[in-house]
Amino acid sequence: MKAFLKYREIWLLAAIIVLIGLISTRFPAFADPGNLRQVFNDTSILMILALGQMVVILTRSIDLSMASNLCFTGMVVAMLNAAHPAIPIPLLIVIALLVGLVLGAINGLLVWRLNIPSIVVTLGTLTIYRGATFVLSGGAWVNADKMSPDFIGFQRAAFLGIPVLSWIAILVIALFFILMTRTALGRSIYAIGVNPTASVYAGIDVGRTKFIVFCISGMIGGLSGYLWISRYVIASVEVANGYELNIIAACVIGGISIAGGIGSAGGAVLGALFLGIISNALPVINISPFWQMAISGSAIILAVVLNARGERRQGRIILRKVEAA
Amino acid sequence: MTDVPAPRHIPDRLDTPLRSAIFSWEALLVVVAVAIFIINSFASPYFLDPYSLSDLTFNFTEKGLIAFAMALLIISGEIDLSVAAIIALASTMMGMAVQTGADTPVLVLIGIVVGLGCGAFNGLLVTRLGLPSIVVTIGTMSLFRGIAFIILGDQAYKGYPESFALFGQGYVWWVVSFELVLFLIAAVVYWFLLHRTSFGRRVFAIGNNPVAAQFSGVRVGRTKFILFCLTGLMSGIASVLITSRLGSTRPSIAQGYELEVITMVVLGGVSILGGAGSILGVVLAAFIMGLVTFGLGLLNVPGIVMSIFIGLLLIIVIALPIVWRRMRGGR
Repeated sequence: MKAFLKYREIWLLAAIIVLIGLISTRFPAFADPGNLRQVFNDTSILMILALGQMVVILTRSIDLSMASNLCFTGMVVAMLNAAHPAIPIPLLIVIALLVGLVLGAINGLLVWRLNIPSIVVTLGTLTIYRGATFVLSGGAWVNADKMSPDFIGFQRAAFLGIPVLSWIAILVIALFFILMTRTALGRSIYAIGVNPTASVYAGIDVGRTKFIVFCISGMIGGLSGYLWISRYVIASVEVANGYELNIIAACVIGGISIAGGIGSAGGAVLGALFLGIISNALPVINISPFWQMAISGSAIILAVVLNARGERRQGRIILRKVEAA
Repeated sequence: MTDVPAPRHIPDRLDTPLRSAIFSWEALLVVVAVAIFIINSFASPYFLDPYSLSDLTFNFTEKGLIAFAMALLIISGEIDLSVAAIIALASTMMGMAVQTGADTPVLVLIGIVVGLGCGAFNGLLVTRLGLPSIVVTIGTMSLFRGIAFIILGDQAYKGYPESFALFGQGYVWWVVSFELVLFLIAAVVYWFLLHRTSFGRRVFAIGNNPVAAQFSGVRVGRTKFILFCLTGLMSGIASVLITSRLGSTRPSIAQGYELEVITMVVLGGVSILGGAGSILGVVLAAFIMGLVTFGLGLLNVPGIVMSIFIGLLLIIVIALPIVWRRMRGGR
């Protein structure tokens, strides 16, 4: 299975390289390292979000509330910054992480303690968190001129020639890579996804692990809240509306099985990069941005078809055939 | 669906038939609906006016029509997230036809055929290729709405014929809207289909255990394909109603409806894990959602805040029987 996973990421990487190659036939400067760095930076937030969603999906759950969490947390930090510009940015990031954690923990508790399916819980909190943003802000926007220069400038500051936002993404990717490949929690997450019943017998607390997983996705949502608001310099109730499905789409393209247990941090990152390159390249090569949805939709369907082929190879063949007939 | 099977929360089976009737899901929904109705009538003097009650129905009829087919689909263990995108695509196609001078019957036909076609496309991808429906329909959701965006760009189609207005704005009897009549007819048809035919029994069987259903001679793939077609069809019909009510088509039409439809279905007591649910529950849930949004609208509560109440209602109503059971019987 490991060999196969490796194969699938290499395949995805090849697809991305081909995609960049195709784009640079129309617009040579696209493959320029400087531009690729820019694309990576533009895609950073989606990559971070996809990693948070990945751990949830691996345990056979789903977090539909991530974009709403992002919106709420973003509003909290933007309002804090507008009211008290003296609060240093690292502290604001910690606050964003904590607010996100609380929102994620609410999801996690409902899934863990009441055993409500995660899709129902997060469908509910999706609307609640976004509504709460409205209640908090009174429907008002926080504009760029109310944000402090530090708030906006922090993630844009270059460190070793690369913006801080990209560094944060690299750090998060590294953390998730270690989590999934080197820790007991990572192994438990995979185990639950592959077979929850067997995991219980193996001594894994399935409910508590799911709780932790939702806390992780909540913190990621919170972190992205600050990053999103400071990048697009406007905080409103509409921020990232409907974005939850883009996040899941990035995971799906990255080869993370929605049925749980299959997928890797590298896959999630590459899936997000794939979507990011498409959205960055369309205007550059003179295709109307209106094509973007249709193209990414087709990419998702294609990726699912390829995923299903791969998953079918590893056992459960008899049942699969029966189900598909 | 993607979760570990949780204990079936619906219907809550208690000791005696009388008790199970009192504590059934539908009874709980009736209590919630009556409570909201009473609160509404005290909260606003305009609420009990027949015309205002009639306006109320527009809040849920279109989504409710889709919710019936979605209920069957979710009972069978699948889901369709592309319903709102189907509405957008069907509406765009109708708009294109209007530009070439098509008349009302043609427009209705286009709406229905496009809806059915999109549903069949979803169904083929899920059943023929054996793909998980939640992912397939996230893909087709972007695809269908993407096509609408490609065709329309940032334009809007207008100029629908006058006779087309009946579907979304017309009244059959003085305050009974065409949409409400269609909703009630669909409720009866889907109730009969789900609870009184062998097709309905097969839907439950597939949701409870697809492998066992297959071995019992149920054509699982074909049944699911039909259910996707039905969901597409209802989305097409809803598209006719919405387009007629708004009198124009924009590519962003019906954005976010898919989650409201699913909320309606789940609130109606349909298990998201498949295998359990009833049409009566969905009808009641549709009324409740209509009552909540309308009541809050009368109190000038903004739409985004209403969604808090819908979200809270969803979680509380789902959690209630679970908490109740825990408190009565320990764990």
